[in-house]
Amino acid sequence: MSEEKPQTPPMTIANSEQEWLDEQVRRTIWTGPWNKFIDLVDLIYNWGRRNSIWPLGFGLACCAIEMICTSATRFDIARFGMELFRGTPRQADLMLVSGTVTKKMAPAVVRLYNQMAEPKYVVAMGACASGGGPFKEGYNVVSGVDKLVPVDVYIPGCPPTPQALLYGLMQLQKKIDKQSIRDAAWYRKGVSEGVPEPILGPDLIDARRLDEITALSADPEKLAARAVKLATKGKKE
Amino acid sequence: MSVTAPVAPPNTPNYNDPQIVAEQIKTKYPDAVESSSAQGIVVQSDQLREVARYLHDELAFDYLNNVTSVDWQDRFEVVYNLTSLERGGAPITLKVNAARENPSVPSLVPVFRGADFQEREVYDLMGIRFEGHPNLRRILLWDGFEGYPLRKDYKEPYYEEEKKPFGSRWDKGHHVIAEDRNPWHDNVQYPSNFDAVAYKPPRDQIQVIDAAQAAAMRLRTDKIVLNFGPQHPSTHGVLRLRVTLEGETVRGVEPIVGYLHRNHDKIGERNTFVGNMPYTDRLDYFTSMANNLAYALTVEKLLGIKPPERAEYIRVIMAELTRWQNHAVALGFIYNDLGAFYTPLIYAMEERELILDLFEATAGSRMMCNYMRFGGVARDVTDDFIAKCKYLVNERLPRRTDELEAYMVGNEIFHSRAKNIGVLPRDLAINYSTAGPVLRASGVKYDIRRAEPYSIYDRFDFEIPTGTTGDLYDRFIVRVAEMRESLKILKQALDQFPAGEIMTGKKNYQVRVPKGEAYGRGENPKGELGFYVVSDGTANPYRYHVRGPSFINLTALNDMCVGYKIADMIVILGSLDIVMGEVDR
Amino acid sequence: MAFGLGLLNGLKYTATRVFKTYVGDFKHLGRRYDDKLFKERQSVKGSGIFTVQYPEEKLPVPENFRVVPFLVYEPALDENGKPLIDPATGKEMIGKQKCTACGICSKVCPPQCIWIVRALTPEGKPKPQPAEFYIDIDICMNCGSCAEFCPFDSIKMDHVYELANYERHVSHIYDIGVLSKPASYHAKIHPTDWAAEEAERAAKEAKKK
Repeated sequence: MSEEKPQTPPMTIANSEQEWLDEQVRRTIWTGPWNKFIDLVDLIYNWGRRNSIWPLGFGLACCAIEMICTSATRFDIARFGMELFRGTPRQADLMLVSGTVTKKMAPAVVRLYNQMAEPKYVVAMGACASGGGPFKEGYNVVSGVDKLVPVDVYIPGCPPTPQALLYGLMQLQKKIDKQSIRDAAWYRKGVSEGVPEPILGPDLIDARRLDEITALSADPEKLAARAVKLATKGKKE
Repeated sequence: MSVTAPVAPPNTPNYNDPQIVAEQIKTKYPDAVESSSAQGIVVQSDQLREVARYLHDELAFDYLNNVTSVDWQDRFEVVYNLTSLERGGAPITLKVNAARENPSVPSLVPVFRGADFQEREVYDLMGIRFEGHPNLRRILLWDGFEGYPLRKDYKEPYYEEEKKPFGSRWDKGHHVIAEDRNPWHDNVQYPSNFDAVAYKPPRDQIQVIDAAQAAAMRLRTDKIVLNFGPQHPSTHGVLRLRVTLEGETVRGVEPIVGYLHRNHDKIGERNTFVGNMPYTDRLDYFTSMANNLAYALTVEKLLGIKPPERAEYIRVIMAELTRWQNHAVALGFIYNDLGAFYTPLIYAMEERELILDLFEATAGSRMMCNYMRFGGVARDVTDDFIAKCKYLVNERLPRRTDELEAYMVGNEIFHSRAKNIGVLPRDLAINYSTAGPVLRASGVKYDIRRAEPYSIYDRFDFEIPTGTTGDLYDRFIVRVAEMRESLKILKQALDQFPAGEIMTGKKNYQVRVPKGEAYGRGENPKGELGFYVVSDGTANPYRYHVRGPSFINLTALNDMCVGYKIADMIVILGSLDIVMGEVDR
Repeated sequence: MAFGLGLLNGLKYTATRVFKTYVGDFKHLGRRYDDKLFKERQSVKGSGIFTVQYPEEKLPVPENFRVVPFLVYEPALDENGKPLIDPATGKEMIGKQKCTACGICSKVCPPQCIWIVRALTPEGKPKPQPAEFYIDIDICMNCGSCAEFCPFDSIKMDHVYELANYERHVSHIYDIGVLSKPASYHAKIHPTDWAAEEAERAAKEAKKK
């Protein structure tokens, strides 16, 4: 390993205007000793949570082998309190999407995600889970698991080495540290609705886009206009 | 030898030559053969099954290596590769033409049951019907999928150009992500006027409990259908099994695969020959070095080149190290499935890590080595590598193999769980086209390294371990014995390791491969990994098909499991040692 | 053999394994992250516990290790021949990209994740230099083909594997700014390669004279 801290792209957390507004409101309401107390509760609560993230025992492809290596002796994921790979999504906190998500597998992935109890996290391990990877052009491959479920951490690499995976899991721990019970989604009132399962039709149908698909497939001209044309060097198509 | 050939008299014709085989067929079926050449025998479609049966029964071609198909734009061609396990040697090729419209050929499942999944795959991806197939449904994709992807006129949603490299990447390569190029902004496409709101997907066909049948049986239990996977800790990935149970006894297992179908064949046809090398790493991701070797051998067959001595030795060393670590981990997984959770596996993993360190230092990556090239290897090994490898091979790994045998094979619980469980008789093992340790455990002394020696395997002294009954215990100890044989080969290879070049010719990034076709294969740790490559003389293959041993071994799963308990089924599945990357490709 | 002896025999090995771990620990008592112990345990001759205490300890990566490619550039030099440092980033300032935008890497790339725009002279003629260079690391399969086939030694495989991110749509598409790294960095992580390249360059120059 080089001692010099290599330059990596800056980490960004998407901040929308709404989030900023919420933050301001929170700052004005939660002040004084009560705020300090909540901070303390957060600290203890997050400390407990970050050190007992139980992943779902769920391997998709090549990356799953590196995931197994990470949980074996040399890299020993138990040092992070994550060694309990649960067979059932009901007991898991973390879905490590370790490999290519295919269209045939997509409904199962979404169902597993929906069955996990809050708070739940998703880590896209490897290039395939992040954005389709080398198999992106394939007809049976979903271009990244974030098309289906929200993803917390993306770990590039094909496959990421166990150390890279551990680094990614540490980033997840950092993210958990920043969460507060003040705005945690799982403390809000109401029922959280899962992600609707995609349907296996003539191709994968995103259940959130049914109307759009129906409208567009009836209008080929409008559909064709949506595609960005590539600059080709006068090569024949 | 019960099903196979009568012992050949000394002056039998050389049946490894397709021309001679064609002449033989003509004596029995005069108008069955359309044409014959060194590339293969083209048979009339309506007489295919008779010819296949004749080859199987009379000429002792008892083993169906591979079934695939080629889209020649004006017609389809179904390609069969047949071998005689007794005689060994290269497989002969049998071909059948099918019309472009409504293509159909007779199914070979009545003759070779190993054709079952392979024919379904051809049907799924190429759309050729196999008349008489017992269960002709889509296998890798789902029922209701639109189109047959391996046909040349099928365009994927992210289709860009017919061949790589794409013209848009260089010169004016303004980055556009694939999603933006697709009108749906996703990797999908729908037929025109598709009504997604009203669409109802076809339902899974689930067998309904037959009350009358249950009553007829003495036991007061009902048959239940259990869905097992695709997310299950002991399915070795995303395999799904539909198990019919009666009480705890398995009455039927239907593997449902395709959850990791990554379109290897289609992407492979778009890639350049060189570009396919890293993709082969991702087939069976435990044994990337051996995959590289099999692919390199196939293309070298077409190119007509041979790597230099040193490269051959490096290849053998890498392939055998791969075999050792694969078997060690496979045995750990079998124990995992038996309920000895994780301890044997992490012991195996520890040694695997050390082998992976060697791969990483040489090839650059732990798992995805991308190491072999056509006519050599990518990088030379260092002296450090040889020293470490010698220590591993001479000291550490033999000791570990002994230890592993002591704590695994000696275990009484293992004996009672494994003996006479999941028996695969010899005839069935051959008929199902199983390969590798599964075939050898059933008592067939067949190893491609001996039957059709490739690389420099003919120089080494090693045994082919075989089992006797073909049960789970045999499959286990065959693997242990193979680990020892691997070490034996490694020792010899390291002792004879020569100096010299590692590459024949210059490195070329767009290797033009002469026109032709080749079926190349290598004895992978999981079995026979075959590549069927058709080249049209350019830098991209016209057809690229992978014969995944795990996929075909899975055909035999039903017969191995029926009658045993569900807990045994898990271990039987483990003993097949499947990897989903290779099953689904 | 009496029933159970095989079992006990097996347990012997697990027990030995546990014991060996503590032997190493006692030998190096009180030094948890000891370099010498670490090297010994991670080598082929190691025994006992094998764990890398990541992130405190890190496995050394071999020279050939490959993750994501980077572009090598020659730094801009001051009058003493020392590289100029950009005060804003702390990186060496780009003098000249070694890349000539020949496009071989983008042609050989198996998943086609490299995008290159060749620079143009003011007259509109192509110039051997990249104007834009993109690598989509969510497609890159870390195969190293680009580095292997590059005739100008200008694209190399990086060793940085700690790349996890909370977002991918912007930060996982590396442009020329992120990809460019000075030749000194290449020399540091690939000493053998660098030496071979230098030797080749020297031989070429000697031939010219």
